Amino acid sequence: MSAPVKSSSGGSDAQVLDSAAITKDLIGTFVITALILVPVVAIRTQLDQGVLTWHSRFTLAAVLAAIVVGVRWAMHVFVWNRRAANALKPAVAGAVKVKGPSLADKIGPYVSRGLLIFGLVLPILAYFNITPWGDKRTLDLAIYILTYIMLGWGLNVVVGLAGLLDLGYVAFYAVGAYAYALLSTVYFPIWFGSGIVPYAFYITLPLAGLLAALWGVILGFPVLRLRGDYLAIVTLAFGEMIRLVLINWFSFTQGPQGINVPKATFFGLPFKDGPGSFAEFFHITYDRIHFYIFLYYVILAMALITYFVTKRLRRLPIGRAWEALREDEIACRSLGINTTNTKLTAFAIGAMFGGFAGSFFAARQGFVSPESFVYIESALILAIVVLGGLGSQIGIVFSATAIMGSFEVFREMNWLKAVLPAGTEPIQFRMLAVGLAMVLMMRFRPRGFVTKREPTVFLKEKKAVSGDLVAEGHG
Amino acid sequence: MIKPWEQNPELEVQHLTMRFGGLTAIGDLSFNVGKKQITALIGPNGAGKTTVFNCITGFYKPTEGMIKLNHEGGKEFLLERMDDFRITRFAKVARTFQNIRLFSGMTLLENLMVAQHNSLMKSSGWTIGALLGTGGYKRAENEAIETCKYWLNKVGLIDRADDPAGDLSYGAQRRLEIARAMCTGPRLLCLDEPAAGLNPRESEELNKLLLSVRDDHNMAILLIEHDMSVVMGISDHIIVLDYGRKIADGTPVQIKADPAVIRAYLGVEDEDDDADGKAAAAVIDEAISHKPVPMETLLAAIETPTVPPKKMATKTPVKPAPKAVAKKTAAPKKGGRK
Repeated sequence: MSAPVKSSSGGSDAQVLDSAAITKDLIGTFVITALILVPVVAIRTQLDQGVLTWHSRFTLAAVLAAIVVGVRWAMHVFVWNRRAANALKPAVAGAVKVKGPSLADKIGPYVSRGLLIFGLVLPILAYFNITPWGDKRTLDLAIYILTYIMLGWGLNVVVGLAGLLDLGYVAFYAVGAYAYALLSTVYFPIWFGSGIVPYAFYITLPLAGLLAALWGVILGFPVLRLRGDYLAIVTLAFGEMIRLVLINWFSFTQGPQGINVPKATFFGLPFKDGPGSFAEFFHITYDRIHFYIFLYYVILAMALITYFVTKRLRRLPIGRAWEALREDEIACRSLGINTTNTKLTAFAIGAMFGGFAGSFFAARQGFVSPESFVYIESALILAIVVLGGLGSQIGIVFSATAIMGSFEVFREMNWLKAVLPAGTEPIQFRMLAVGLAMVLMMRFRPRGFVTKREPTVFLKEKKAVSGDLVAEGHG
Repeated sequence: MIKPWEQNPELEVQHLTMRFGGLTAIGDLSFNVGKKQITALIGPNGAGKTTVFNCITGFYKPTEGMIKLNHEGGKEFLLERMDDFRITRFAKVARTFQNIRLFSGMTLLENLMVAQHNSLMKSSGWTIGALLGTGGYKRAENEAIETCKYWLNKVGLIDRADDPAGDLSYGAQRRLEIARAMCTGPRLLCLDEPAAGLNPRESEELNKLLLSVRDDHNMAILLIEHDMSVVMGISDHIIVLDYGRKIADGTPVQIKADPAVIRAYLGVEDEDDDADGKAAAAVIDEAISHKPVPMETLLAAIETPTVPPKKMATKTPVKPAPKAVAKKTAAPKKGGRK
């Protein structure tokens, strides 16, 4: 359909609305809508015992067309007509002219602190049932989101800072998860006896990170000379390779059956009813929520470690080299920076955090299978990083909450059943909604939630760098 | 004749040849860059100047030849065998680019900090030390910031230290790129057209900056430049390339007087000469191929005062040498100075 009518959006001349042009545009809109709707909606065919019959639904088509025309009219009057739009929100229009700290700048410094406090007190709120969805539900969702925030922060090192597009990040998540699963169920009992099993999580966690980092380096070597699209394809293939190996190497990984693994314990004290348990040790009555609160604080601590380590790394020479690499690789080499090592460290550190998160995932689920490490997971984590924007860590908190939270919100939206076709659940539309949200996001905020880059060092005054100047990296 | 670059040079380029497929971009080029001198590499477009630079800084591996850098204390580096980043890191050669390559999304200060990556990496204990909070890194970082401040002052950009590099004007970006190269702590600075796009006042400032770099920091500078006010104003030694071959090598005074250079590059005199020569040649050609040329016209053409026979004589013998390799590069040779 045609672009908004020029004269109606001009606003400088006396005429506020060009009714003739709008009418013309609306008629055009109606014709196009009708052309689309008649074959798609108005005429339905049906296969009835071998006989093809058809019936019409012109009323529905007319209603849809009316909605489309109505919305377009509203756009003409309220949105594309600048004067009307300004009249509707004079405060905003005035604020633009005044040059001063915007709302985002003012609250910016408090956001991370506020989030941290919220993160710390959430389990207490959940414990006393102040949260909307009930205690365990809330905490479970929070744990889920925090895992993705941590993964986002890990991938942020590779994609956001070093500018290397990695479509196979879930492979490192899988390495971490299977490292925990195999070590705690098979190898630790063999090497150290079964007494070690309750403590396995704490011993495996660093090992899982190291193994994932090792795999990060192994992946890094062959792809170092690749850039952009080529790098993305190789990392994508690597992610799939790990998953296929997990499925097919039955004697080692038990293939698609997966592995049952011991859940995490409180330094050896299991969360269950009975003697020797966490509840008995602390003389409290057993409640499943203890396990959730424990898991929550574990993942919160791990995520915060990820946050502070990457934040610190960004201010160190290595972090600056990553960002310089994203900006211009050739210039980096001309300054004596070994870009090979720089890329490898980015891959290794990103992978290490993925491995930690994977290990936690296995300890939380009590079960791992290759099903959990499909490509869509990589894509989601990448989407979280990209939507977060410009290597920003706080942006990732918001995007992870938005994407992962929206999945859960769909479970709740039973009222949608009234609109949706019979026999479908709202949850089935979650990926559709996320996809749509991403399209809209990329259309209106292509550089993500956070559009400014914070400098790592400053002389007099810390000035954020506009996103337009920051390179996206080229692989 | 005094040629200070002959004895104990900073950089020796010997028999450098670079071929791209069938095209010889540089053919058997030898020259020296003297210690604490400004050496200019000039020549018409497509003469192979940037290729020489890329060979010296390791971005290209030369097909043949040797590039030797001599440090004080007798340490030698064979640059043609080293990776590009190792050349900057160990042999201490820094460069700038013809099309500016700054980290435009990073601030000026960050740009200069990235340039000190290697020393900072070492003092941060290859990241692990600084991450664990062992001392020393903070001090090293402060020292690095002081270095940045010094160079920002030197190029007159200290007030903009916290602005993104991409916001700078073109001339300021050129200066920042020089400052960034200097922050790597080089012994030899290679500048690829540092004055391109600068106005005369900015060129003047650039001259001062380069002279100060040479005199106050005891640096050797190798630069490619088309701006003759820069080249003739500050160079101690000029090498002229044409079609990948050296056609002259000497002090600015010698170069100014060199007929081959005038013809190939500086051109002003050459162009008139060329035009006149062509006019004369055309008339003579006509005379030979077409019978009905009146004798008077022919005589007039030969005796015309705009075509002095002396110039004609210098023209013919010198020409073939550079031209032989040449014509492959398609670009027809103009007298031009751009």
